[in-house]
Amino acid sequence: MSPRHGRSEAPGGVTVRQVGIVGDIATVARRSVRSLLREPEALAPALLIPTFFFVVNIGVLETFVERVPGIDYRAFQVPVAIIFAVTGISRASMLVIDIQTGYLSRMLVTPVRRTTLLLGLMVADVVLALGLSIVVVIMGFAFGVSFGTGPLGIAVFLCLAVAWSLAFTGFPYTVALRTGNPAAVNSAFLIFFPFAFLTPAYLPREFMAGWMQTVAAWNPVTYLLEAMRSLLSQGWDAAALSKGAAAIGGLGLVTFIMAFRSLARRVSTG
Amino acid sequence: MRVFGDKRAVDGVDLEVAAGEIYGFLGPNGAGKSTTVLMLCTLLKPSAGRAVVAGHDVVESPGDVRVRIGVALQEAALDERQSGREILDLQARLYGLSATDRAAAVERAVELASIGEAMEDRVKTYSGGMKRRLDLAASLIHGPEVLFLDEPTTGLDPVSRAQVWDEVRRLNRELGVTVFLTTQYLEEADALADRVGIIDSGRIVEQGSPAELKRAVGADVIVVDLPDDETAPAAEAASRVESVAAVTRGRHGITIATADGAAAVGSVAVALSAAGLNPEALTVRTPSLDDVFLMATGYRMATAASDAAAAAGGPGIRHSSVDTTAAGGARR
Repeated sequence: MSPRHGRSEAPGGVTVRQVGIVGDIATVARRSVRSLLREPEALAPALLIPTFFFVVNIGVLETFVERVPGIDYRAFQVPVAIIFAVTGISRASMLVIDIQTGYLSRMLVTPVRRTTLLLGLMVADVVLALGLSIVVVIMGFAFGVSFGTGPLGIAVFLCLAVAWSLAFTGFPYTVALRTGNPAAVNSAFLIFFPFAFLTPAYLPREFMAGWMQTVAAWNPVTYLLEAMRSLLSQGWDAAALSKGAAAIGGLGLVTFIMAFRSLARRVSTG
Repeated sequence: MRVFGDKRAVDGVDLEVAAGEIYGFLGPNGAGKSTTVLMLCTLLKPSAGRAVVAGHDVVESPGDVRVRIGVALQEAALDERQSGREILDLQARLYGLSATDRAAAVERAVELASIGEAMEDRVKTYSGGMKRRLDLAASLIHGPEVLFLDEPTTGLDPVSRAQVWDEVRRLNRELGVTVFLTTQYLEEADALADRVGIIDSGRIVEQGSPAELKRAVGADVIVVDLPDDETAPAAEAASRVESVAAVTRGRHGITIATADGAAAVGSVAVALSAAGLNPEALTVRTPSLDDVFLMATGYRMATAASDAAAAAGGPGIRHSSVDTTAAGGARR
């Protein structure tokens, strides 16, 4: 951690100092969350898309898939709805606007710790992902879905969803910091499709074509879905949960390295 | 010095600003003003050389510099989704002000911005002048020792511009804030600055108080309006007049520096007439910073008025090419 810089008795008699990392994160997060709450229109697609797919998928496939003994297709689809809701949501568009308007520069001339400019935005992402996940879980309850692992399972389920969402935010933040271009950030959403659809989103892996099974085996979302489904229908499955956590951790490691390197490059004075 | 690829954006800027001074950094677009400010504000490292702000090196101790400076960059950099008060509060938090200090600092800044009840509204509803005043108030929230203002009135209407000028004067006078002001408006530097540095192509070409710089041009200036094709012979004819110190050719005439305009204007008129030239007008006036800039760089700078005219689609040449001829003695 870099040393703190401070001085006292500025004109006006106030003490000015560099804040600790937690204080800086709280300050940046406060603004990010407030902006989030002021853009309810931005939340609508994040709720409508998973609701649409959840209802349509159940309507089209439930009867067919439930011919296989042991599958509760509504429970099978709740994790898919969660993935659709929380994958790719981020405050990257806000970051791009800050870059374009010069507000990022305004913050950079303050003693704020540079990494907190991203971490603070991610706090808002966590808040949003948690809110969306809770709504989808409630929707699942409304469709008769229950958790075999009880309240603790629900908590773990939500943690997996939020952690996945956070791990994925590294992509849009990287694009935002590298390009400073809102169109590029919107295009970054396209990476969602292979992650979301080249998976056992509609059917268990064993019913997929051979090549698709191979692709899905390399997709971290496969393990996330299977971990979340285990909490709904199988009870505590340490192997499935470990694989899901590892998938999130692996992706998060890659995307966070990309994002924080991009931040370092963006705020570099060289 | 700051180099971008092959281009030296800032090349040989050597200046010292005293505590409590308002320093005007004057130059056209692309002269290197903003690059200099970015280096002094720790947002850009110099490619070579050293800068010390408020007693701290901008490269070795950027954190110590940041807690001591306030910066209002060229565009009012504000988050339009927040209210004015929220922006001020966030700014105070970033500088680590305690809750008590923060509340007091925000109230002071609210008063300074003087945008009334609009302080509670989102910034996207503000006019350009309101945004600029809020930007200025935000940059002062922590009571900086040095305030950097990068073209603070560009794009503002005359009323808003006058308000910003008044505020800068008041900050300097009442709080003793040292102000480093970049501008492309001559009258702004003339009205505000204790000292002015003129930068062109990344180099400081003149430096001094506005009065000193104007005196250096000469006690008076004679402006001769001529057709473009007559400026060369007119400059040659005028330069032979004994009391003429320097002659500068522009597109629409010549500018003559002299110690005594009233005494020299007759001789100049005779010399031009003898050369077969018929000036459209001869005007004697005291020198302006524009004349200083013209003599130093070979360009005429924009004024706020010409800028407004250009923005409205009217005439207003930003940089008119000129030749300067020293005559009858040194230019300075």
